[in-house]
Amino acid sequence: MLEVTNLTYCSAGFELNAAFRVQRGERLALMGRSGAGKSTLISLIAGFLSPNAGEIWLEGANLTHSDPSKRPISILFQDSNLFPHLTLRENLGLALSPRLAMNAAMETQISTALAQVGLSGFEGRLPASLSGGQQSRAAIARVLLQNRPILLMDEPFAALDPALRREMAELISTLCRDLGLTLILASHDFMDAERMCDRVMLLTEGRITEDCPIAGLRAAPPAGLAPWL
Amino acid sequence: MANRTQPLGTLVWVGTGALALVLTATLAPLVAIAVTAEEGFKLRAADWAAIHFTLLQAGLSAILSLVIAIPLARAVARRRFIGRGLFISLMGAPFILPVIVAVIGLIASYGHNGWLAHTVQVIGLDLPEIYGLHGVVLAHVFFNLPLAARLILQEWQAIPQERIRLAQSLGLKGGAFFRHIEWPILRTAVPGAFVVIFLLCCSSFAVALILGGGPRATTIELAIYQTFRFDFDLGRAATLAAVQALLCLSLGAFALRLSARETGLGTGLDRALALPTEGCAFVDTLVIVAAGVFLALPLARIVILGLPNLIELPTAIWIAALRSLIMALSATILSIAMALPIAMALIRLRRAAMFEALCLLALVISPLALGTGWFLILRSITNPVTWALPITVCANALMALPFVLRAVLPTLREAETSQARLATALGLVGWHRFRHAILPRLARPLGFAAGLCAALSMGDLGVIALFAAPDQATLPLEMLRLMGAYRMADAQGAALLLLILSLGLFWIFDRGGHHHA
Repeated sequence: MLEVTNLTYCSAGFELNAAFRVQRGERLALMGRSGAGKSTLISLIAGFLSPNAGEIWLEGANLTHSDPSKRPISILFQDSNLFPHLTLRENLGLALSPRLAMNAAMETQISTALAQVGLSGFEGRLPASLSGGQQSRAAIARVLLQNRPILLMDEPFAALDPALRREMAELISTLCRDLGLTLILASHDFMDAERMCDRVMLLTEGRITEDCPIAGLRAAPPAGLAPWL
Repeated sequence: MANRTQPLGTLVWVGTGALALVLTATLAPLVAIAVTAEEGFKLRAADWAAIHFTLLQAGLSAILSLVIAIPLARAVARRRFIGRGLFISLMGAPFILPVIVAVIGLIASYGHNGWLAHTVQVIGLDLPEIYGLHGVVLAHVFFNLPLAARLILQEWQAIPQERIRLAQSLGLKGGAFFRHIEWPILRTAVPGAFVVIFLLCCSSFAVALILGGGPRATTIELAIYQTFRFDFDLGRAATLAAVQALLCLSLGAFALRLSARETGLGTGLDRALALPTEGCAFVDTLVIVAAGVFLALPLARIVILGLPNLIELPTAIWIAALRSLIMALSATILSIAMALPIAMALIRLRRAAMFEALCLLALVISPLALGTGWFLILRSITNPVTWALPITVCANALMALPFVLRAVLPTLREAETSQARLATALGLVGWHRFRHAILPRLARPLGFAAGLCAALSMGDLGVIALFAAPDQATLPLEMLRLMGAYRMADAQGAALLLLILSLGLFWIFDRGGHHHA
């Protein structure tokens, strides 16, 4: 279980306060307007920002001050998920060895991960030679290789067209279900949340104002979430 | 897809005319040089020595500047400290600092009788004379280290935040972080920066004039000046000018190929960037402090030495200052008046990139080569000496034009892309479109560019040194004469006056742009 207790973060007149729990394997969507604090909360959980107060716990271990690379977390951004000067093999290899000291077993793991996302034979390609959807798939393949129990996604498919978004959402949903990943997704789009998550949390000006299951939400939405449906 | 930008009619025609005028003013002197040059471009041993020294000092200056600039840019990019904004501004100062002022500051700080020499004498060390190769290289590093650091810092700041976070998330540290995040940036930025600095050092004149000289430390620019001024051998001066033009044109073309990124000048460098800061805090601090002292000390020395002499400056200095001020303002008005219509034309013309590159010619061809060419053209019509001041104004306007265009074009393109349809829908055309939809957006870059042009013109010691009459001296030329007469107290007072006027002009124009933005 991931537990965020009395987390406070202040920067340039903005204050975020959050306290919540996410069960293992649960898939949580963070929704809210731009500047509501979604990306800040994702950055705090990932370790890119340090909170002013409060703690982040995972399965009894305090992660609050641990290095981002030491947290059992993988992350997908909207852009720049791949290093442009590295081939897919090397980009994925970084998940296994930061020094890219690869052995045959690692090469096999990379090929298997690429096959899982439908990119067999793309090992030698550079990101620039791939479509937006293929780049997203490659980044997802790296998440598979990282094999970490929590996946954070910060508007990961915002730049893709609707058909690709749906395809990627289904892929993520399947992977989370099959691998038992805990997912925290920041998004503006309720459709994405509905496709990938089972719970939604609304952030308004740095505070959690709604927190409810997605199932049945369209039938009886709480007042805060109604405009998002 | 149809081009969304709408024609501005007259303004575009004016722009095309101005572009033709600029190209004529730049290329005609080259033709005059080629026609007058000695048959077969015969070079003497002294000319080969000048070429060798030019390349040697430019190479050393560029390498040293970059070797120091890389750790400096890295340290500034990843450290937050009080006065960071001021430090970044200080790194921009040498660009608008009159060369002759900086050289006086460098001599007073790092020369044989300078502050550093007096300091190291305490421990029994003796500094060598500042004149010669190492003095020229020192001065060029002073001017180009900040430029190199800013160019590299700009690339560093352009690293997407997500990529840095991805590296953190993947545990890339030390060598792996350098290899995947920093090396690709350096590989992109350093070759372009090297060629730009090499080019600037090849065409630098005032530094070689004051700190160089003699058979072993003469650049091509200095050789042109000496051949022209002392021997009045126009054929040989033209030959040297042709060599200089060829060298600079090839380097310029190379630099243009390498500098792919188009940005507004001097913007965005103070953006916060969350680079990992573990370790090396001592090295970063040392690099920042050492660079800060190296850059600030000559400026401080000019203020300290010049202040007592400022009030008692001879009348001739004040007259020269007034003349320089009028010329700087005239050059600024002329440069902006040419740049605006040219920029408007450039965003509409086909092959705009080629025309923009041609506008950069003035920057690439050295002022001495241009001055020699214009002298050759004018002498068949009139006495060129009587035209020294107007030609200097035109040369300064022409030299500043690439900077003005570089500052204005990105904003102008952005304004046209984002607002063209709205302006057209509202029926804004011609002057009204320019006045209400475009000019307000341009106020800030225009103010910055005007400040740059005024400061560069104020401190220019190029064409004017070539053929000014004794009663036509500008402030930098008057300073040079004072230094030649060993009247160092007056020269230091004049240096402070020139510093105040140059930085003051830049500040007024830049502030004006911010105020109207």
